Amino acid sequence: MNGGNGIAIDVKGLSKSFGGREVVHDLSMQVRRGSIYGFLGPNGSGKTTTIRILCGLLTPDSGEGTCLGYDIRRDAEKIKRQVGYMTQRFSLYQDLSVRENLEFVARLYGLADARGAARDMVKRLGLSGREGQLAGELSGGWKQRLALGACTLPNPQLLLLDEPTAGVDPKARRDFWNEIHALAAEGLTVLVSTHYMDEAERCHEIAYIAYGHLLARGTVDEVIAKSALTTYTVTGELGGLAAELDGKPGVDMVAPFGTSLHVSGRDVAALEASIAPWRETSGLHWQKSHPSLEDVFIELMNRSRDNFQ
Amino acid sequence: MSTIQATGPEREIRDRFGFWRRTYAMMAKEFIQLRRDRVSFAMIVAIPVMQLLLFGYAINTTPHHLPSAVLIQEESDLARSVLKALENTAYFRFVYEVHDVDDFDNLLKSGKVLFGVEIPRGFERAVRRGDKPALLVAADATDPVAASSALGSLGMLVQTALQHDLYIGDAPALPFEIRAHARYNPAAESRLNIVPGLVGTILTMTMLIFTALSVTREIERGTMESLLSMPIKPVEVMLGKIIPYILVGFIQAFLIVNIGVFLFGVPVLGNLLLLATLSTLFIAANLAIGYTFSTIAQNQLQAIQMSFMFFLPSILLSGFMFPFAGMPAWAQYVGECLPLTHYLRIVRAIMLKGATMQNVRFDTLALAALMLLAMTIAVTRFRRTLD
Repeated sequence: MNGGNGIAIDVKGLSKSFGGREVVHDLSMQVRRGSIYGFLGPNGSGKTTTIRILCGLLTPDSGEGTCLGYDIRRDAEKIKRQVGYMTQRFSLYQDLSVRENLEFVARLYGLADARGAARDMVKRLGLSGREGQLAGELSGGWKQRLALGACTLPNPQLLLLDEPTAGVDPKARRDFWNEIHALAAEGLTVLVSTHYMDEAERCHEIAYIAYGHLLARGTVDEVIAKSALTTYTVTGELGGLAAELDGKPGVDMVAPFGTSLHVSGRDVAALEASIAPWRETSGLHWQKSHPSLEDVFIELMNRSRDNFQ
Repeated sequence: MSTIQATGPEREIRDRFGFWRRTYAMMAKEFIQLRRDRVSFAMIVAIPVMQLLLFGYAINTTPHHLPSAVLIQEESDLARSVLKALENTAYFRFVYEVHDVDDFDNLLKSGKVLFGVEIPRGFERAVRRGDKPALLVAADATDPVAASSALGSLGMLVQTALQHDLYIGDAPALPFEIRAHARYNPAAESRLNIVPGLVGTILTMTMLIFTALSVTREIERGTMESLLSMPIKPVEVMLGKIIPYILVGFIQAFLIVNIGVFLFGVPVLGNLLLLATLSTLFIAANLAIGYTFSTIAQNQLQAIQMSFMFFLPSILLSGFMFPFAGMPAWAQYVGECLPLTHYLRIVRAIMLKGATMQNVRFDTLALAALMLLAMTIAVTRFRRTLD
């Protein structure tokens, strides 16, 4: 069942407009079963809209596809049974306790032993002893864990997580990702949107979306390789170097990274010609390096802004 | 950074008017928000217009042309003349003519008529003999306002109307006696009318608000998004949100009826179980309507405003504050669409008149129909997606 071809999500040409503004444009993607698929892109790029289309909360204006083998247009109700969707904003009941929230979800999905399932999840989440606490009183990190627990409670085959770690501290973020990897190891497919590059690097595959267009996809290495970006890392007395380099021919992007500066361009020859005057400056140390994922994305975003806006 | 420094000194000078500038900023913001909130804007106009129109045109505290029945036990010219004279007083409008006492009683009991005139057997002969027979005018006095003005001026008006009649002529006094009988509330105590009415009014107010917020609250708190992503159907959401409040409403109704009985001495002549059952139906109908509002409203404030816009005509046009039969036809049609109108008839009939299911079946059907209509709208209106 569910299209045993090992593909959990297979959609083609999805488009969606709100009030005349196209939020998602001709988006196609495939997600392998059991993989963690990272969905990246700036705010307002259409990540949330795409996720909502996938779980049947929005109907696409055009395009088609399947989610777990079910048609996203016709079988929204069947998809809902198999998908756990974690919204960007905490959407459990703040005035219900941890246990009551979990029992509510368990009952909606018709789990045989709702109480038992909730109790087990409380244990798994490490919330034993706090199951009576109101969900609204939990800290940000615990809220996210609880929300994830509620999503996974009905044993879904696919998790759609919309910026699950926004506003969560690094320790909680790491725990959260460990949990996601553990779930994927159990065979769950996870589609997760995020802004964090370190999180993107923990995904098996990523897709970068900006202004409704899917701009790049593949493994992290593939995306970096495909960008054909050359990056120089400069350290030392940077002073006003960034401003001076910006806009020079061949310099597509100048971005400070801590105490260093990343200078990137797609045209290696033009880039090297432009930076040549500063290469010999004393106090500056130049090194040719690989672009980071962030370099690639910011460059993609700059380029797409020119194209689509 | 430099921009912050540049405006520094200017700010300090301007701050002398800080109080007014901040107040102005707040005012400007409020106006912008008010302008964008269409329902609030509509209310600013709709409430006064609605109030004025309803009070000005719909409400009549000395109602005329009240629905009446006549129990004819004798067909005679005199009887016809008397009925005609009664109609000419402009207080009565005969809509039923019956020959059986039980039918006559049931019409009054079910509230279909407010008055019943009984022409006894041998009436004409008794008049001719100068026996001064009694003409019985029974009034449904559960609403003392509706009944009193008609009853009060009865004798004089009938005499005037009959002045040129063949049989009566210019006699100094009526050759028969009009015996008015204020049924169900002989002392014309308004609390007997108001307390059962309050059961309905209070329930309308509280039940509407309970469910009017239910869906909008989920949307505003963001819980709707995850609810929609889970396998639950609109009907299930609706019933799950309505049923708990039926119990709440039931407790409330129980409380009001008890206070009415023990504190105000209002009787419950009819069957308590029937009263409880039909009250539950009424509670459910109001909850369904409130729920419907919550599927239409954009936010909780709008939901409250809609409830208020529904509550206002409910109070004015249902027969709670003013006699229903006294309103013009259009207002009566509007009134028939309000659950409170039907429940008021039911609750007054059961408590004060000892009515049975048979007497109130039409109003019961109307309540059920209104409830189902509201539920249907709610389920269709309930958005299963975020489109």
